[in-house]
Amino acid sequence: MAREREAPLWRRYARLLGANPQADIDDELAFHLQSRIEELVAQGIPPQEARSRALLQFGDLNGIRNSGIQIAAKLQAARDRQKYWAALLQDLRFALRTLRRDRVFATVCVAILALGIAANTTVFSVVNAVLLRPLPFPDSSQLVWFTSGRAYKAQTRAAAGLSLATYTVDAFREFRAQARAFHGVTAFNPFYGNSEGTLTGAFEPRHVHGVMVAQNFFPTLGVRPLFGRNFLPEEAHSGGRPVVLLSYPFWQQQFGGEPSVLGRQLTIGGNSVTVIGILPASFDFGAVFAPGLTFEFFAPADLDRLFTWGNTLSIIGRLRPGLTVAHAQSEADVLFPAMNKAHPNWWGRYDSTLTGLKDHVSGKYRRPLLFLWCGTGLVLLIVCVNLSSLFLARSAARAREFALRAALGAGRGRLLRQLLAEGFLLSAAGALAGIGLSSLATLYLTHRASLALPLLSSASLDSSAILWTALIAALAALVFSLAPASRVSSPNLQSTLKDGGHGVCTGRSHARVRAALVTAQIALACILLTGAGLLLRSFLRLLDTDLGFQPDHASVLTIEIPDAGNRPRRTAYLQTILNEIRALPGVQSAGVADMLPLGRNRSWGIFPLGKTYPKDADASAVTRIVTPGYLQALGVRLTRGRDFTWNDDDARPGVVIINETAARLRWEGEDALGRLARVGRGNLQVVGIVADVREQSPESPARPEMYLPIMQNGPEGAELVIRSSLPPSALQSAVIAALRSRNPGQPASELRPLRTIVDLAVSPRRFFLLLTAAFAALALLLSALGIYGVTAYSVANRTQELGIRMALGASSASLLRSVLASALKVALAGIAMGAAGAWFTARSIEALLYNTEPTDLPTFAAIAVILGSVSLLAAAGPARRAARIDPVAALDGVSSRR
Amino acid sequence: MDKSQLELIRGTLDVLILKSLIWGRLHGYAIADLIRRQTDGTLLVEEGTLYPALWRLESKGWLEAEWGLSGNNRKAKYYILTPEGRRQLRLATRTWQAYADAVAKLLSATRPPAIEES
Repeated sequence: MAREREAPLWRRYARLLGANPQADIDDELAFHLQSRIEELVAQGIPPQEARSRALLQFGDLNGIRNSGIQIAAKLQAARDRQKYWAALLQDLRFALRTLRRDRVFATVCVAILALGIAANTTVFSVVNAVLLRPLPFPDSSQLVWFTSGRAYKAQTRAAAGLSLATYTVDAFREFRAQARAFHGVTAFNPFYGNSEGTLTGAFEPRHVHGVMVAQNFFPTLGVRPLFGRNFLPEEAHSGGRPVVLLSYPFWQQQFGGEPSVLGRQLTIGGNSVTVIGILPASFDFGAVFAPGLTFEFFAPADLDRLFTWGNTLSIIGRLRPGLTVAHAQSEADVLFPAMNKAHPNWWGRYDSTLTGLKDHVSGKYRRPLLFLWCGTGLVLLIVCVNLSSLFLARSAARAREFALRAALGAGRGRLLRQLLAEGFLLSAAGALAGIGLSSLATLYLTHRASLALPLLSSASLDSSAILWTALIAALAALVFSLAPASRVSSPNLQSTLKDGGHGVCTGRSHARVRAALVTAQIALACILLTGAGLLLRSFLRLLDTDLGFQPDHASVLTIEIPDAGNRPRRTAYLQTILNEIRALPGVQSAGVADMLPLGRNRSWGIFPLGKTYPKDADASAVTRIVTPGYLQALGVRLTRGRDFTWNDDDARPGVVIINETAARLRWEGEDALGRLARVGRGNLQVVGIVADVREQSPESPARPEMYLPIMQNGPEGAELVIRSSLPPSALQSAVIAALRSRNPGQPASELRPLRTIVDLAVSPRRFFLLLTAAFAALALLLSALGIYGVTAYSVANRTQELGIRMALGASSASLLRSVLASALKVALAGIAMGAAGAWFTARSIEALLYNTEPTDLPTFAAIAVILGSVSLLAAAGPARRAARIDPVAALDGVSSRR
Repeated sequence: MDKSQLELIRGTLDVLILKSLIWGRLHGYAIADLIRRQTDGTLLVEEGTLYPALWRLESKGWLEAEWGLSGNNRKAKYYILTPEGRRQLRLATRTWQAYADAVAKLLSATRPPAIEES
C-alpha cells in the first residue's frame, strides 16, 4: 500500500509504542470483513463469492477508511496535546518541589534575577519614553524644529545661547508666509520670564508660569483642548481680549478639576485674563520643550508687541504629508538667505538648521541612554553567568540524582526539560519581583521634578516594557539553565553512580568551567565599574568647577514686586524690603536679580565706545538686571571697581558691571574699568568687574556677562537671594512675613536652597551616574558572590587533599594563603580582561566625560584595587574554612562535604 | 435519503450503539449483529455508518477502545462504554421514550383533541 509507505517515520515508530491510528483502522475494518466472510462461508457460500458479497455490502470501504483516519488523527492530536501539557505541568510541579527543598538556592537565584531584571526593565522604560516612543503629538514625525544662527561661528553661537538660536517676529512671519513645505508653521516664546506672575484672587496668592504661544501653536502640534477652545486670531493681537488656556495639572490642583472654571476671570500679575480652555493631561509642555520646568497657563503671543523685542521666538513647523526634513531644509536654505538679503536692516541673519522635533528634544540624551542600556545588558549578562555558575554547582551536587533518573529511563530530553523548567520557574519569579522593583524605581524617577530630562515624566511600565521584560527573562532562563545542562546531559552514568558523583576528574574540569565563568563575570563587572568610575570622576570634577558664585549657605525665593511698572516705586519697594531682610537675625546679605544663573538666559549686545565692529561680531553678553547687594548675596567675587548703590537710579549716569571674560574679550587687553559702552540705546559706564559666573551650565566655559542696575532697567521677574548660615526653613516665616507686610499679594512660596539650581543643572549627569553606579555596584556584588561560590566549592572539593597537606605538615596559614592565591588568580585574570575591555569601551563614552580622559589611570587603578580586594574578601570565608580543616576527619574520607 | 432523515438515523444509531454496549465490551461486527438480533432483524445497521459512528463516539469520550482476541482467536478492536457514555445513554433513553410516547399517542388517536377554552 503506497499510502502506508508514505507514512512519516515517526508514525511507524509510534506504532512500536502502541499508537498508529491508520493501522488500527485497517485492522479493525479487515476484522469486520473477515468475520462477515466467515459467516457467509458457514452458510454454504463459496469463499470467492462470499468475499465479493461482503465487500459489496460494506460499500465505500476507502471513503469510510479515510473519514476514520481523519477522526483518529484529530483524536490523537488532542491526546498528544493533553499529554504534553500534563508532562509540562508535571515538570513544573516537580521543579517547584525541588526548588522548595532548596529554598536558599531558589531565593538567591530569584533575588539576583529580580535585581538584574529590575535594572533592565527600569532603563528600558526610560529609554522607551525618551528615545523610542514618538512625541505625544499626532503624526509627531512631521514636526520640525528650527535652530537659527547657522551663519555664525560655533563659538559665537555658544556664547549667545538661546538669543541667537531664536527668531524675530519679522523673520517668523515672513518665513511662514513664504514656506511651501509646511502644513503649518508656529512659534512660542522660550524666554519664559516674560510670562510669569502671581495668581491672586479669592485664594492664597501663587506664583504661576506661563508660555506665550502663537495663535496656531496648539492646532499645529495637534493638541485639542480637553474643554473649551483654542485662541481666536483676534485674541493674538494687541487690544484683543486677554485669554489663557490652563494646563491639566494646574486645573486639577487649583480648581479641583471643575469645568466651571471656563469663562472665569483670573488675575495673573495684576492683569485680568479669561480662562477659555483646559489642555489635555497628555500635553506636558515642560517635558518636551523645557525639561525640569512646569507651566500653569498658556497665553496667545501678541506678535505686535513682541515685534520690537528682538529674537523672541522658537519656531516649529509641521511638514506637509510625504515631505521630509531634508525637503524642508533645502527650502529653508533658499528662503532664509533671501530674507537676509532683502532686509539688510534686520539685526541678525537667520540661516537655520532644521531637525525633527524628536531629535531636538531627546537627541543629546541618545548617547548616554544607549550607554546606560548597554550597561544594563552587561548586568543581565553577569546575572546569567552568575546563575549558570550556581546551576552548575547545583547540578554537580545533583549528579547522582540525574544519573539515577537516567538509569531509571528518563531520557536526556526529559532531564533537559527538567532543568529548563526549573530555570523558567526561577526566571518567572525573578521577572515578577523585578517588575515590582522596577515599578517602584520608575515611579521614583518620574516623580522627581528636579530631574531635567525631557519626556521622563511619561516613563511607565507599559505593555512594551512588560514584553521586553518577558523577553529578557526568557532569554536569561534559556542561557543560564542550558549552559550547565550541556554538561549534565552527558554524565558518565556508571562512574557517577559508583563513586558518588565526586570523581576527581569531573570535579577538576567542573571547577575549571566555574572559574572561567567567574573570570568572565569579573571582566564584565570591571567594564561596568570603570564606566561608572569615569562618570563619577567627571561628576566630581564638575562639582569642583568654580561656578563663580557660592551655591551653599544661600536661599532663593521668587518674589512679586507691586510696582505696576513704575520704576521709582519698584526701587523704593526693593530698598525697603532688602533692608528689612538684611536686618533679620542670621542674614548676612540679600539682593534681587531678575534671573538666576544656570536657569533662563538672555543676551544683549554690549559695544565699547570708540571701537568698531563688523555687524556679525560676537557682541552679546548674558544680561542680568540686579539690585545692589545681589552680587554679594550670590557670592560673586568683585575683582575691581564697585557694586551698584541705590543712588544709581535714572537721575544718574547709566552704569554696568561686567565679568572678566567680557572685559578681556570686549576691551582686548585695555582696562575696561571706567570706560563707556553702548547697551541698547544708552551709553553706560563700567563701574565694576566681577568674576566669571557659569551662567548657562556648569560644563560650558564662561561667557561675557553683564549686570545692569534694576533702578535703571526693567527686570523680567524677581528672584530674591539671601545669604545666611541658617537653613531656608529657619528663614521662611520671617522672610515671608517681612515681604507680606509690604505686599499682601506676595505668594507664600517656599524658600529653596540656592544649591537646588546647581542640582537641577547637573541632574541629567547625576541621573546617569547614579544608575550606572547602581548597576556597577550590583555587578560588584554578583562578582563577589561568584568568587565566594567558586572558592567555597573548590575548598569543599579539595577537603581530602587539604587534609593530606595539613597532615604532611603544611601550616594553616599556608593553606589559607594558597586558597586566597587561587581566588586572586581568578580575579586578576578577570581584571586584566576587563581592563582591556574597559579601555575600548571607555573611548565610546568619551563624549559623556567632563575633564576626564577615557584612559584615566587613577580610575583604572582604583577599580582594579576594588575588584581585587572585594574578591579577596569574598574568598576569605572559604579560605578560613580550609585553614581549619581537621586532617583526621578529612582523611577519614567521610568528612562532611558541605 | 434526504438530510433530515440521515440526521435522525445517525442520532438513533448513537443510542443503539451505546445501548448495545451496556452489557459489556463488543467489537464492531458484534455490535451490528446484536442490534440486528435484538430488533428481530428490523433494524439493519450498515457498516458504512456504523464505523464512523463508533469512531465519533470514541473521540467524544463516550466510548473507549481496546484490542483483544475475538472468539475465533483473531485480533479485534473492542469498544467499552465510559461513565460519560453511560450518562449520555440514560439521557438519550429518556428523550427517546418521551418522543416515542408522544408520537404513538398522536398516531393512535381516533378523534381530534377537545377545543380548549381560554
